[in-house]
Amino acid sequence: MTSIPQAAPTTGSLSNAGAPPATHSTPLVEVKNLTVEFPTEDGPFRAVDGIDLHIRRGETLAIVGESGSGKSVTALSLMRLIEFGGGRIVGGSIQLAGRDGGLRDLAQESLPAMNRLRGDEIAMIFQEPMTSLNPVFTIGDQIAEAVMLHQGLGRKEARSEALAMLNKVRIPEAARLLDRYPHQLSGGMRQRVMIAMALSCRPSLLIADEPTTALDVTIQAQILRLVRQLQDEMGMAVMFITHDMGVVAEVADRVLVMYRGKKVEEGVVDDVFARPQAPYTKALLAAVPKLGSLSGAPLPRRFPVLTVEGEAGIATEAERWQDTVEPAAPPILDVDDLFTRFEVRRGLFGRLTGRIHAVERVSFKVHPGETLALVGESGCGKSTAGRTIMQLQAPDSGSIRFSGRDIFAMPEAERRRMHQKIQYIFQDPYASLNPRVTVGFSIAEPLITHNLAKGAGVEERVAQLLVDVGLSPDHAKRYPHEFSGGQRQRICIARALACEPDLIIADEAVSALDVSIQAQIVNLLMDLQEKRRLAYLFISHDMAVVERVSHRVAVMYLGQIVEIGPRQAVFENPQHAYTRRLMAAVPIADPARRDRSRPLLEGEIPSPMRKLGDEPIWAPLVEVEPGHFVARHPVGDFA
Amino acid sequence: MSAVVPAAPAASRPVRSPFREFLRRFRRERQAIAAGVFLLALVLMAVFAPLLAPYAPAQPDYMHILEGPSAAHWAGTDAYGRDIFSRIIWGSRISLSVGFLSVTLGGIIGVVLGLISGFYGGWLDSLIMRVCDVLFAFPGILLAIGVIAILGPGIYNVIYAVAVFSVPVFARLVRGSTLALKQAVYVDAARAIGVRDRLIMLRHLLPGTMPSVIVYFSMRVGTAILTAASLSFIGLGAQPPSPEWGAMLADGRSYIGIASQVTLFPGLAIFVTVLAFNMLGDGLRDALDPKLRKL
Repeated sequence: MTSIPQAAPTTGSLSNAGAPPATHSTPLVEVKNLTVEFPTEDGPFRAVDGIDLHIRRGETLAIVGESGSGKSVTALSLMRLIEFGGGRIVGGSIQLAGRDGGLRDLAQESLPAMNRLRGDEIAMIFQEPMTSLNPVFTIGDQIAEAVMLHQGLGRKEARSEALAMLNKVRIPEAARLLDRYPHQLSGGMRQRVMIAMALSCRPSLLIADEPTTALDVTIQAQILRLVRQLQDEMGMAVMFITHDMGVVAEVADRVLVMYRGKKVEEGVVDDVFARPQAPYTKALLAAVPKLGSLSGAPLPRRFPVLTVEGEAGIATEAERWQDTVEPAAPPILDVDDLFTRFEVRRGLFGRLTGRIHAVERVSFKVHPGETLALVGESGCGKSTAGRTIMQLQAPDSGSIRFSGRDIFAMPEAERRRMHQKIQYIFQDPYASLNPRVTVGFSIAEPLITHNLAKGAGVEERVAQLLVDVGLSPDHAKRYPHEFSGGQRQRICIARALACEPDLIIADEAVSALDVSIQAQIVNLLMDLQEKRRLAYLFISHDMAVVERVSHRVAVMYLGQIVEIGPRQAVFENPQHAYTRRLMAAVPIADPARRDRSRPLLEGEIPSPMRKLGDEPIWAPLVEVEPGHFVARHPVGDFA
Repeated sequence: MSAVVPAAPAASRPVRSPFREFLRRFRRERQAIAAGVFLLALVLMAVFAPLLAPYAPAQPDYMHILEGPSAAHWAGTDAYGRDIFSRIIWGSRISLSVGFLSVTLGGIIGVVLGLISGFYGGWLDSLIMRVCDVLFAFPGILLAIGVIAILGPGIYNVIYAVAVFSVPVFARLVRGSTLALKQAVYVDAARAIGVRDRLIMLRHLLPGTMPSVIVYFSMRVGTAILTAASLSFIGLGAQPPSPEWGAMLADGRSYIGIASQVTLFPGLAIFVTVLAFNMLGDGLRDALDPKLRKL
């Protein structure tokens, strides 16, 4: 806790920034016994409880914890933005060594003085770059405003400074971007702009609050590397708030683990990962899916189960492999040449100008008891494929056979019955439950709809389903807002199970959950598969989770499947360039394995929108080994 | 399962249904509660009018015409010597039932149209909304007069007339919330388990529109009472000698200089009742609108 990281890569680069070595040992920020409360109806809620931390110049401190652990509150308290959110710093001090050499306590500073410090000495970037930028001003004006405010430059100088900053965050064609509006930029570009704005005053501390959580992995990797490079160039300290252990391993020099407002562990990143002390840290690390952890094994496996014995937590890998596939049985789902496109209309008369090729000649099969993962980044069409199979979206052409019967050839009544056998789990469990009805009703709704139970039978069945997913029967009387995220997803799973389905489409079903909860839900899904021989279509962007759960994997890019095959084959012997880039971009939750020079995907994810008549190239996939197919024709940027 | 992260909510907390949640917040709306209590008293007064009214409402007494308030006649008498206080009590029956019935009728039609319009969209939506636009283009009272002109004067026709101009208000309101609600993932989720359109509308969309419908209902009843009184005032609504508040105002017009009580008390009754409905509506809105929800 007190040791200074000697071998951390950034410390060497400090001399580049010209920071005097003498300041290295004195912390830039020292927080002592920080306590923050929020008033609620049931008395004050203590969000941060006596946190001590320090950050040295040029250092990256990662604060990691799950939702509600108080990590963002800590960050906002440092900026004294917490008062605007209704919180109150009730105790402790925040010492900042200012540029002028003086120490000041930010917890006591007046609001006008804080206004001057914010952006100047401490800058912050947020999770959602769209809402952090003002939609009615151009990018150039927004950066220039920050520069004029803090550096007292004129409009013209501020603008050239803005251009310099955009170049600094490696934005291509920065001069043209100055006159653009935020909505014309992609998420990754917006986050770069936010970083440019934050850095425009050369702050000594940058607070980054989950800056990459809303971004795709390949873009996340770019942004993480950018932050690292800029830190080396400018010698600033970074406080990095994240829930993702992979990101921590990637960026941090030191780690502080928070749980329920308290610090449970702090240390040099390699130590914390290699020898976690607190049981909570151990549990957290055990729950983190690590890409490559199932190398050499053909079947999926549950997440390790953590048992706490006294002070020590012991993670035990499950003995059982998920051997549930019946390869000889006819496929439960057979998708053939599926096309789903969205029309893009422009102008006064709504002229058809183009189409979004969301799903482009997609074919795959899912066998009973099998998990097929559909992976890809945002906009690749994986969700649209799922929604089309669920008939929430009409396809343009193609066939979907369920248990050998063509869904589109079925009469209406039969299609309705078939709905029982395919169920869907959505990403956001809170949004997919009607807040105005009890959880019991939500679970009972499919039973009532399909007349599967009556009267007291419904209640019994709901109680049983709740038990099946690890909740208790009396939860049925409660409303969705009374549950935690993980519990809500269990409820959604119970609802999906009500009709005894054969296939469940899980659309990013665990990506909104905290890691420990995510591991529990994935284990639950796998247990249910074992018990009921369920087939899953597991739609996800998270390669590490996919490695754990799936028997086979299909990689989607620009609406097409570019690679499909057994999970072991795709992960250990990726054939398509995009698959390889996708895997390289995944942050690995192991600082010993971090490689900051690995090649990353440059630039943006291309848009699936095409002009009329501009048909994408297509050719049949090529079989490279048994059951492992790959696209050899050019798709998007991959020739 | 990793046992380290225990589930958050404590089991002992009472179940907070949306209705309880509403009651909890509504308790803080003191003005609205006062208005509600007043309106409840008014309803009881209307129900028990035969027991409460000291005189028959249409009983003339030519010995005591245009008398001011006294112990015998609390609100004085009118040009025929009828007891104004009794007439106001009896009149509350007419005003309240016209208000409730017309808005209920208009509200039901409007809610159904709004749900259909918002849920299905397309040409049906355009048709319903254009009809609503046309109805909106008329001033409410003029529209009501038009309806009366077709149906003929009389208190029942006032109900239809006022209902007609309540329809577009509810239709638009409900269409708006339906459009927002049908984007919700839980509507997709219901569709994914095969719930029929009609049930999706009734189970998942209608309850969501109810908060704003309830608020508007309360406010519209006030407006409806006012409109009904206006129609009666110009002679198109309740016919003499029925003790309708608006008609009473019209009766007292000629004597306003010598016997102000003839207009004052019915006017006051209309004013206080409409005010109470509006205040109740305000309070309901504050208690039901999640955007105004305080921590």
